[in-house]
Amino acid sequence: MMTITVPTAPTVSRPALGRTGTAAALLLPIALINAIGFILPVLNLLRMSFNEALAGGGVRETFTLANWTGLFGDSFYVELIINSITVSLSITIATLIVSYPIALYLHRSTGRWRTFLTVLVISPLLTSAVVRTYGWIALLADQGPIVSAIAALGIAPPRLMFNTTGVIIGLTEILMPYMILSLLAGFGRLDPRVEEAAMSLGAPPAKTFWRVILPLTLPGIALGCLLCFVLAVSSFITPKLLGGGRIFLLATEIYDQAIVTLNWPLAATLSMLVLIIFGAALAAYARVLRAIE
Amino acid sequence: MEDTNTSAPMKLLVAILFLFLLAPVILVVPLSFSGEQILSFPPESWSLRWYAALADNPKMISAFWTSLTLGVIVTAISLAVAIPAAYVIVRMRTLGSTFLYNLFTAPLLLPTIVLGLAILIIFASVGFLGTFTGIVIGHLVITLPYALRVIATTLGNLNLACEEAASTLGGRPLTVFHRVTLPMMAPGIVAATALCFLVSFDEVVITLFLTGPRLTTLPVELFHHVESRADPLVASVSVLLILLTLAVVMIVDRTIGLSKTFVK
Repeated sequence: MMTITVPTAPTVSRPALGRTGTAAALLLPIALINAIGFILPVLNLLRMSFNEALAGGGVRETFTLANWTGLFGDSFYVELIINSITVSLSITIATLIVSYPIALYLHRSTGRWRTFLTVLVISPLLTSAVVRTYGWIALLADQGPIVSAIAALGIAPPRLMFNTTGVIIGLTEILMPYMILSLLAGFGRLDPRVEEAAMSLGAPPAKTFWRVILPLTLPGIALGCLLCFVLAVSSFITPKLLGGGRIFLLATEIYDQAIVTLNWPLAATLSMLVLIIFGAALAAYARVLRAIE
Repeated sequence: MEDTNTSAPMKLLVAILFLFLLAPVILVVPLSFSGEQILSFPPESWSLRWYAALADNPKMISAFWTSLTLGVIVTAISLAVAIPAAYVIVRMRTLGSTFLYNLFTAPLLLPTIVLGLAILIIFASVGFLGTFTGIVIGHLVITLPYALRVIATTLGNLNLACEEAASTLGGRPLTVFHRVTLPMMAPGIVAATALCFLVSFDEVVITLFLTGPRLTTLPVELFHHVESRADPLVASVSVLLILLTLAVVMIVDRTIGLSKTFVK
């Protein structure tokens, strides 16, 4: 993901609070919460993926690879993993296509108009994913406005909800703000004068786009795609609600195994798999970035 | 100013895409005034019945108060814990400042579905599931990194000269912090407060793992409601939630300016 840099300030010449003891005391609360709410649970989760699940929700402490081999030996799970990845990739591409024009337009606008549009882009982020998914349920329902409009055109009305199509439409919209903001962050190198130069030298708009604008915005595209893919693979609320329990993806399966089936070792193994996919996406991103440079 | 170089078809495309982006949020407003028994759009009749139904729904109302209390407590603890931590990490530059900063903001890199499961398994063994304490700790895991990040950034951008002048003039370290550093950090603290509250108030995935039959938050209650039936009740709650978010954002805007907080 993005590189993290500690905001720096030069050391106070006379350290305001002096001794290391004070520093340790001030760091203790955050360290404690970090340890019991993050480090310990995550290490325990990794350990849990090597435990044996007993019938009825029990767990036996042992060291077995059975959860891992079982995952790849079961066609249901192999399909679930492949499905999760392909659905997430489709969502990423769809999000890129619908976000790019908005980002480009935002990049070109200035002043209050730009601020206003930026607030419009960010405002959905401040609205709960449950609320936005609920909005999509109303829009995509069988008797809903979109299906009715398609039917009015004389086309056989498609099912847009409780299937993969619905999940892709809903998640695409939900991830758009992240994509737009990532694209904008990467558009810094896009100078309008470069476009003007290409146009004034006789390049048609389409050619200007493919040969000048697109190459310059590739870093932003790579960042936005990484972020959206990672968020899509791990999203839970939208697939669960818009999929109506009929769409099986990694995140929904983790929840079902943890809460309904009570198979914690399997849920832990699936969680680790999500983290491995994250790692792979990050590695792919690093390679793409190097290729662009 | 509006860009004049953009062609008309491009403007139309951008307008349609904006409509797509905002459609589900805008839609809940008319939906909440539906007079229908079930979720349908556009509604055939209009009424306030779903607001009345909300007022008669003790489960939603108690979930709302739980979320509100939770948000306030989580925000208060986040600030009390993150301000000293940010001060030590940015100003005192103790051994391994960078490492500590990365460690304390690392929970944001994990998907909430994984974090929620991890916390569920640990909390189940100590009896924290379905308790208020358990949910507070669960929320702190993700609000603290935000608070630390915002406050550390503010602190890093502050001019050291004022603090040094106060020290030189004989101010005791605590007095300098209280009278000089803290007031200068105010914009960052307001931003962190709003962010922590909104994150806690909206959190749903981690909370889903930690709530019990007797204790539930508003987003979790909404999730279960949408999962089990489709009626316009959620729309009326959503409108009130959007108004609450707007209120928080307006307060931030009045205090320090929205563009300084969220748009950088």
